[in-house]
Amino acid sequence: MNINLTLIAQLISFAVFVWFTMRFVWPPITKALEERKAKIADGLAAAERGQHEQELAAKRAVEHLHEAKQQAAEIVAKAEKRAAEIVDESKDTARVEGERILTAARAEIEQETNKAREQLRAKVAELAVAGAEKILRKEIDAGAHKDIVESVANQI
Amino acid sequence: MAATELTSGEYIQHHLTNLTFGKIDGVWRMAHSAEEAKEMGFWALHVDSLAWSIGLAAIFLFFFIRAARKATAGVPSGLVNFVEWITEFIDESVRGSFTARNPLIAPLAMTVFAWVFLMNLMDLIPVDLIPYILGDHGLGLFHFMKVVPSTDPNVTFGMAFGVFLLILFYSIKVKGVGGFVGELTGMPFQTSNIALKPIFFVINLVLEGVNLIAKPISLSLRLFGNMYAGEMIFILIALMYSGGIVLGVFGGALQLVWAIFHILVITLQAFIFMTLTIVYLDMAHSEHH
Repeated sequence: MNINLTLIAQLISFAVFVWFTMRFVWPPITKALEERKAKIADGLAAAERGQHEQELAAKRAVEHLHEAKQQAAEIVAKAEKRAAEIVDESKDTARVEGERILTAARAEIEQETNKAREQLRAKVAELAVAGAEKILRKEIDAGAHKDIVESVANQI
Repeated sequence: MAATELTSGEYIQHHLTNLTFGKIDGVWRMAHSAEEAKEMGFWALHVDSLAWSIGLAAIFLFFFIRAARKATAGVPSGLVNFVEWITEFIDESVRGSFTARNPLIAPLAMTVFAWVFLMNLMDLIPVDLIPYILGDHGLGLFHFMKVVPSTDPNVTFGMAFGVFLLILFYSIKVKGVGGFVGELTGMPFQTSNIALKPIFFVINLVLEGVNLIAKPISLSLRLFGNMYAGEMIFILIALMYSGGIVLGVFGGALQLVWAIFHILVITLQAFIFMTLTIVYLDMAHSEHH
């Protein structure tokens, strides 16, 4: 229980140890703690930002989907309309073409008919002449009665 | 044990004597008896107190500096985690009691807490174990060996004196010499009467002076008293071991109970020493208290 030099020695070592703690222990640890605090805060902020962005992206995706559906519907409607138009057009074309063919056929028929009539007329005239010749050979001179025969043939 | 050859009184005295190195009869050597240690006077060193306290501080610094080197903003390992926990606990205590800004206070508080705690912790080692191993019956190295540095008033007064010097330093640094003297003499009694002023001056100085001196003395005596008393009870319990089987078993049970209770005392005393250090230095930094 004697007070002696130990007190001074203890005082000096106390000062040295406090200096050591102040120099090598306290600052690095508190610095690490501060840094970790900042890091955690940053991490939390980043997570929140990410979540927000994800929500925005989801919203945008829904919008895009909606737009795409609308466009598809528009395209389908246009295509249907165009198909109907094409059908109508081809119907018109077919009708015009049919009429044209019909007209052509009628014209040909008429032509053929006229031709046949001409041939028939010539044949009848010949026959009539031949018939008349035979008759007239017996009765009359062919030259004298030519006018009458021709006028008869023209009446056919 | 030692008590078999000694009377109870001698046994207790043996346990309460430090391993003292000093000059006796013109020669520098270890004291062989309590009387010799006393004779050495002021110019002597308690080798055991110093060795144990410095050794414990070295252990504290070894682990804490290691942890400080490894501390990063990443995930902390076991030791780092423990040191960070202590750091946060002390940081919280300092923030709670210390209002000014001073980078010395928190490391000071940490050193005080860790060092006092470790010195007190030595009290839980059975009183006879280390003295027996190192003493006359074991290795024969040292005749005396006190392993709890905080039961040595030199140790507690040395630390409290360090705190006292810091109180004086910061009082004068923050308030100036005039402010500090004014605080010592201008309170608590104040008067505008010129004739009464010198009388009040003296009364205030005595009151505030006692108040100031009481800080380091109460700080060191509280720690010393608690630890010395605790150590004394451990020594008395240890005496029972030489009183037969029944008394020995009873003593063993008592020692266990007292040791468990002492865990609380040890931690509490370290915490009180730290908190009062912070509070006293806070007072030194603030203008009025």
